[in-house]
Amino acid sequence: MSASKPFASFFTVIDTPLFYKSIAELADALAAGTTTSVALTQAIIERTLAVEERVKAFNSYDTTDALAQAAASDARRAAGQVLSPLDGIPIGIKDVIAVTGQPLTASSKMLANFVSPYDASVTQKLKKAGAVIWGRLNLDEFAMGSSTENSAFHTTRNPYNLDCVPGGSSGGSAAALAAGEAIATLGSDTGGSIRQPAALCGVVGLKPTYGLVSRFGLIAFASSLDQIGPFTRTVEDAAILLQSIVGHDEHDSTSVKTEIPDYRAALKEKKGPWRIGIPKEYFAEGLDPEVAAAVEKAVSFYEKMGCEIKNVSLPHTEYGVGVYYIIATAECSSNLSRYDGIRYGHRSAEANDVVDLYFKSRAEGFGAEVKRRIILGTYVLSSGYYDAYYLRAQKVRTLIRQDFLNAYNEVDAIITPTAPTPAFKRGAKADPLAMYLCDVYTIGVNLAGLPGISVPCGFSSSGLPIGMQLIGQPFKEADLLAIANAYDSAHDWSRRTPKL
Amino acid sequence: MKYEAVIGLEVHVQIKTRSKMFTRVAAGYGQPPNTLTDPVVLALPGVLPVMNKAALDAIIKTGLMLGCDIAPICKWDRKNYFYPDSPKNYQITQAAQPICLNGAVEIELPGPSRNIQGEHKTIALTRIHLEEDVGKLNHEAFDSLVDYNRAGTPLMELVTEPVIKSADEAYAFLTSLRATIVYGGISDCDMEKGQMRCDANISIRPVGQKELGTKVELKNLNSISYVRDGIAHEIKRQIAVVENGGVIVQETRDFDGQAGTSKSLRNKENAHDYRYFPDPDLMPVKVDEAWKARLLAECPEQPFTKQTRFQTVYQLPYTLTSALVWDHTLAAFFEEAVQLAGASKAQSVGNWVVNDLQRELGAAKLELADSKIRPGHVAELVKLIDAGTLLANAAKEVFIDMAGTGEMPAAIVARKGLAAVPTDTAELETWCRAALLADAKAVAEFKGGKDTAINAFKGPVMKASKGKANPKLVDETLRRLLAEG
Repeated sequence: MSASKPFASFFTVIDTPLFYKSIAELADALAAGTTTSVALTQAIIERTLAVEERVKAFNSYDTTDALAQAAASDARRAAGQVLSPLDGIPIGIKDVIAVTGQPLTASSKMLANFVSPYDASVTQKLKKAGAVIWGRLNLDEFAMGSSTENSAFHTTRNPYNLDCVPGGSSGGSAAALAAGEAIATLGSDTGGSIRQPAALCGVVGLKPTYGLVSRFGLIAFASSLDQIGPFTRTVEDAAILLQSIVGHDEHDSTSVKTEIPDYRAALKEKKGPWRIGIPKEYFAEGLDPEVAAAVEKAVSFYEKMGCEIKNVSLPHTEYGVGVYYIIATAECSSNLSRYDGIRYGHRSAEANDVVDLYFKSRAEGFGAEVKRRIILGTYVLSSGYYDAYYLRAQKVRTLIRQDFLNAYNEVDAIITPTAPTPAFKRGAKADPLAMYLCDVYTIGVNLAGLPGISVPCGFSSSGLPIGMQLIGQPFKEADLLAIANAYDSAHDWSRRTPKL
Repeated sequence: MKYEAVIGLEVHVQIKTRSKMFTRVAAGYGQPPNTLTDPVVLALPGVLPVMNKAALDAIIKTGLMLGCDIAPICKWDRKNYFYPDSPKNYQITQAAQPICLNGAVEIELPGPSRNIQGEHKTIALTRIHLEEDVGKLNHEAFDSLVDYNRAGTPLMELVTEPVIKSADEAYAFLTSLRATIVYGGISDCDMEKGQMRCDANISIRPVGQKELGTKVELKNLNSISYVRDGIAHEIKRQIAVVENGGVIVQETRDFDGQAGTSKSLRNKENAHDYRYFPDPDLMPVKVDEAWKARLLAECPEQPFTKQTRFQTVYQLPYTLTSALVWDHTLAAFFEEAVQLAGASKAQSVGNWVVNDLQRELGAAKLELADSKIRPGHVAELVKLIDAGTLLANAAKEVFIDMAGTGEMPAAIVARKGLAAVPTDTAELETWCRAALLADAKAVAEFKGGKDTAINAFKGPVMKASKGKANPKLVDETLRRLLAEG
């Protein structure tokens, strides 16, 4: 693979098909009248019909509904009532985010036939921004996994190599975008579920600060860690999409009242140079040399643009995975209790009484990984174990957050690899522990509640995308995006497309 | 051997808020099944709870009225257990840190008679915390149906220290607690509607023993009388078990108030592990001094304070005050009428309110608020009587009339011609003179010093007046005439 070409995007834009254009480009084209939302949505639908059989990114899509939304957008535009830069842009939604009248399955047999009667707050916001809500994207069941292989329906493929996984849990969101089946997508990130698949599929993925985006209408995995965020082709697009989904929501008391800056404007206003930290604990054993080399090249880019590069230490990093699998499983064991076959969802036909109904419905409805985590979480919350596991884990979680806050006394952002390796083959990580280690670099960000973004920064020798992770300070997404954009706008990694 | 009982109560009270504890859908009673629901109540995938601040206000107010310490931060925990009436299969509650700690409820034990004030004591509280109510299961022949209308209703759980000694104390406790809560506008505490529910933990021990006996939890005590009866029954049952050489087992028993019997529901081995942990969906809420001060200012006068005030300010006898203060609307009605009639007529007003008004409400099966009789009616009635315009029997008739018509007493008196004969009329004097002339013997007796001889003239005077003469005036006039001649 060739080295980075600064400002290469000027050349790629011209002959890019509609379905591979960025939000920023399409907003301009729609404004100029060189295309319409219906034409764009039709192009996305045709592309999806052409490649979806190989990629399998979607659980469902509704072309009639999407085209109706697109026509409504075109009508608004004709009437001079454009709602936002997203007006008319088809955006795919991870199948854990509620959309009225559309399936909401969490890629679980438990919810295979569930149709949401209400909108998530982010869905409402996207609708208000005029976006075309498009398709329900596959994931690891209930967002538990790092490969999308835990979907109860089908495994999504990596568009760069169909034998490889797209990462997870938001694998469908990353793969659909990389395959040109959407202009942008939403995912959710509990331990790396946006950033890791973004890295593995060569797209940009942002996990916002905990509390910046409402979780109302997001099927809960681990409430204190979950956060919705955008998948986009460029960092600039991430700024545009983030803008439309942030803000305090009266339906989510963990959403924070905070001043919302103009993220896209910040890309231009904030020019650096920045102080960038390299945590030694993130460049240790288990890191693929090609990934290490690509991230180190990105570091030298920042150095060349005048940034101060500093070594920092995050000493409690090694406890991250352990702490995560206590807190996340504890919360999920309680969050998933509602799936009992009583009011909605899978109900066993075999049950004799109410207890039997619970046992059989849940045994039939949940997959192996979900059951494993419910059992783990139930155990760590049990009487007599709570203090040793859950309470202790919460204390270590505070130390992990403090590590980051200490580092931010010296640096503006931290750079790490997003994932230890590029995409791996389907079925390669049958051992749950090996799979859990895919999130070793992303978990700390969730535990600390920080914003993190994965930006494409190269390709492996076998042609698989590599991503770097930039970690910012709480609620300073504007700075984080500016730092990421400085790199992304000077390289074309994020605008490369797979041969499909 | 002599035994003593040790009783602790757990009281659940639904808080009267417009919306539910963690969502905006209306809270209420008696609606068609599953109409008071929304995605949050039904625990659909993806929903989140948001705290109803009015419910937090209400429990803090309750805590302030009962002298509790208010926690500086309101925190939420999840109590995990599976049951079809619980949509999330966990209940949001306050396990680790209840919002109200300590405090006490003042009670009055039964006195030696209805007319004599009983002994007062205080029952210490352990805690009061806020949580959400569950739905209701209705068991049909082949199915069980669940109604989530009640699910998510704000509920406070109040726990006493194990310091209650008898069924009568428990009864007095609940009576006093209910009055305080109703006074504060926190809940209507209608036990038939499940707005107030009580479980009792009961144990016995030989008098003098320090260690507590094994406790039995008694459930389904759905009226204050059933609480008293259930506890009395359970104490007797436990004593009988021990006297017969048996051992009390820790269990939960169901009391059937109508039959006066109880049966075991479950024993200790089936106890749950609720896996409590802080609810990550709800942020802790800081309760500062200004917040508490605002709520304290809203707290009304307590029943016993009111009773003392009625006794000292209005000179009301104990019997009247005890009939007035437990119903705060009745007490307020009384005070309003006294304001209009004048404080000197408080006892008369009190008698009309407690006896006649209550009787008319009972007969018509009306709530006070729905009655046509307002404080102004009672005040005017008392004034007419005091002025001598209205006599006792006529006043009773006026009262019954105004209960039906809502007309003011003076209007009824005029309409029905019930006015007593006016003061100092020549007619009254004529009747009196006639009566004196007719009975010279009695005149002589009176003048000879037999004061009661005057009564002999009153009958003929009243007869002549067709019963409308004011006895007081008749008496005065007769004495004046006798003195004159």
